[in-house]
Amino acid sequence: MIPRVMVVGGGIAGMQAALDVANSGYEAVLVERLPSIGGHMAQLSETFPTLDCAQCILTPRTVEVGHHDKIKLFTYSAVESVEGEIGAFRVRLRREATYVDWDVCTGCGTCYQKCPFQAESDFERGIGPRKAIYTLGPQAVPNKPVIDPAACKYMLTRAEREAQGKKPQCGACAKLCPTGAIRFDDAPRYFEEEVGAIILATGYDLMSPVRLPEYGGGTIPDVIDGLAFERLLSSSGPTAGAVRRPSDGKTPETIVFVQCAGSRDPERGAPYCSKICCMYTAKQAMLYKHRVHHGQAHVFYIDIRAGGKRYEEFVQRGIHEEGTLYHRGKVSRIYRDSASGKVIVRGADTLNGKSTEIEADLVVLAMAVLPRADAPEVAARLGVEIDANGFFVSRNDEFEPVVSTRPGVYLAGVATGPKDIPETVAQASGAAGKVLSLFRQWEFPSPPTPLPQGARGVRSTK
Amino acid sequence: MGIPYFPGCTLSTTATGYDRSGRAAAAALGMPLDEIEGWQCCGATFPLAVDNSMAFIAPTRILTQAEHAGGMVTTLCVVCYHVLKRSQVMLERSPEMLERINWFTEQPYHGQVRVTHLLEVLRDDLTWEGLRAAVKRPLAGLRVAPYYGCLLLRPAAEMRLDDPERPTILHDCVRALGAEVVDFPYSVECCGSYLAVEKKDVPDQLSLKIVQSAKRSGADCIVTACPLCQYNLDYPQRSYHPPYVGDAAESLGIIRGVPVLYFTQLMAVALDLPRADWGMEGLYVDPLPLFSRGEFQTRPVPNEEADA
Repeated sequence: MIPRVMVVGGGIAGMQAALDVANSGYEAVLVERLPSIGGHMAQLSETFPTLDCAQCILTPRTVEVGHHDKIKLFTYSAVESVEGEIGAFRVRLRREATYVDWDVCTGCGTCYQKCPFQAESDFERGIGPRKAIYTLGPQAVPNKPVIDPAACKYMLTRAEREAQGKKPQCGACAKLCPTGAIRFDDAPRYFEEEVGAIILATGYDLMSPVRLPEYGGGTIPDVIDGLAFERLLSSSGPTAGAVRRPSDGKTPETIVFVQCAGSRDPERGAPYCSKICCMYTAKQAMLYKHRVHHGQAHVFYIDIRAGGKRYEEFVQRGIHEEGTLYHRGKVSRIYRDSASGKVIVRGADTLNGKSTEIEADLVVLAMAVLPRADAPEVAARLGVEIDANGFFVSRNDEFEPVVSTRPGVYLAGVATGPKDIPETVAQASGAAGKVLSLFRQWEFPSPPTPLPQGARGVRSTK
Repeated sequence: MGIPYFPGCTLSTTATGYDRSGRAAAAALGMPLDEIEGWQCCGATFPLAVDNSMAFIAPTRILTQAEHAGGMVTTLCVVCYHVLKRSQVMLERSPEMLERINWFTEQPYHGQVRVTHLLEVLRDDLTWEGLRAAVKRPLAGLRVAPYYGCLLLRPAAEMRLDDPERPTILHDCVRALGAEVVDFPYSVECCGSYLAVEKKDVPDQLSLKIVQSAKRSGADCIVTACPLCQYNLDYPQRSYHPPYVGDAAESLGIIRGVPVLYFTQLMAVALDLPRADWGMEGLYVDPLPLFSRGEFQTRPVPNEEADA
């Protein structure tokens, strides 16, 4: 029995679980697919309902995880295979080639400041680019860059140039790196870790707006999703927190938020409520108003689900104090008017029974929260089950929400279904608690409970 | 060999130009339309009531006739296509209903007819390349806005013709004829449909938006496959056509009307068929001035890549 846990996913759930276990004195192995930890929370501007700066409350955690001597961190890594069973899992990890020797790199940032090549950034949700050598942000933990071989001129041209007997192009990062940490010949590495329990905290993907062509997803540049808008609001985002629309950089004066974009829509494969959208939309409308005082925010909603501590009050504040206009109804179609450049939002207002049209400068779609696209493979690799929507299945939804269907594998966060940050963190602590009680039992097995005197079949020792 | 063809009532009465141009174009492409014998009305709406086997008798009869004619039926009218295709899907899914109707009609239908729209035959059987090769008078320079409406594509799970939100079948047809596609935002919007009968102002308003949008996008004409769409987009334009040019037209954003054509009519022009086969007399906004312009007749057919 190995009193050591592996946590898969380095978002807020995975970090919380790893910290809880590590702070109890047991070792945690934290595996994160991206080059740095923090998950989706690192993309957010401010959190509801307190309007705390997300980065400010997240950074102490990422730093604590990064420095914890009981946490072994594998970033840019993923689980390849799992063997064994509760008490003794053997997990094979694959760490992607970073092309940078992280032991030598000091994180000075010269490489990505000087890199002349850009690529589209998943982290910035298409709102801003990143360099070919990059970190996910200024507060990245670990603050070490990786090279994207599909965007790096040196790596793209090397084979061809060397065949012609010429030197590859660029290589600016290698020339400028003060410690000589660039390794263009890097390759993926494999590791094996032995643990007694596993916590799955793999998080979610946001449905791509491309799946809603009637809303102009993927064709109208000024129709973006909720996470992209978070990047626009974020002071570490591409616009340094200024709200500017993607098409022409103009400050939007009318902005429309569309809730349930893909959620609660069986036709789109997400029949469930994504749970976080009502609140983050209320927040985004509020933050927009704080940045663009003369602007008007409109929200289309089916109904407002603000079940949570101080949540309803927060929504009411948006309506009554911040002037957000709520329209009850579904948006049927979004066009771009080529003459004015406006985005026309057409929908039903079910409170007055009429169809309504708003000429907006920017539209934000609160897209459905989806399980990770590779959740079925991950589930197969880990030997756990997923439900019809692709979320991990709990052994018992009422009493064991953080226990998977496989002994020794626990669940936390949005990987089991949509939830907000407080709920995610609570689940993560719950999963950590389950793991800790296992470890405690393994280390100090309780002696068999003696049957009471006089019970049937018990002979008196007198 | 010809293709079994179900014209339907509209094409036999009001949309005769669609019928004429469709038959002529198909014949010129080597696939003449053979009218199925003894056909009657399809019912004109797909019955949505839970227990409405009565309403399925008419479409099932047509399908039975098509079965005898070779197991396939082609239509031009989108409403007929919609009713026949959905009835076919319904009968495939419900053997019970099939049995019930067969019991009533005493003409057994076996439930295996390929229901097609001529556009589908062009795409799947002739192919766009085949159509492009047959074009004698490429419509180069003509800016065409494809308009789909609803019934051709929806419900997508049953119609299975094209993406209901971003369809391309009319786009591809227009391109194969050598014309330029004008993508406009209202191309899959509803035209108001049968509200033209009961609440005339609804399709009038919808049509105004659709036509205005096509006009603003720089279209010379709108092309459609549905007689009801054609009527709803074309007819209301009388009121903003001369002699009403002026303030009223100006305020509507339209000064000259936008002709609304059937795709078969564009085909008839591009295949260089005689004027009588164009069948454009019944249209309210006269499209003939478009075709008397010389520019599109002389330019070469643009290839697919250049269009895309």
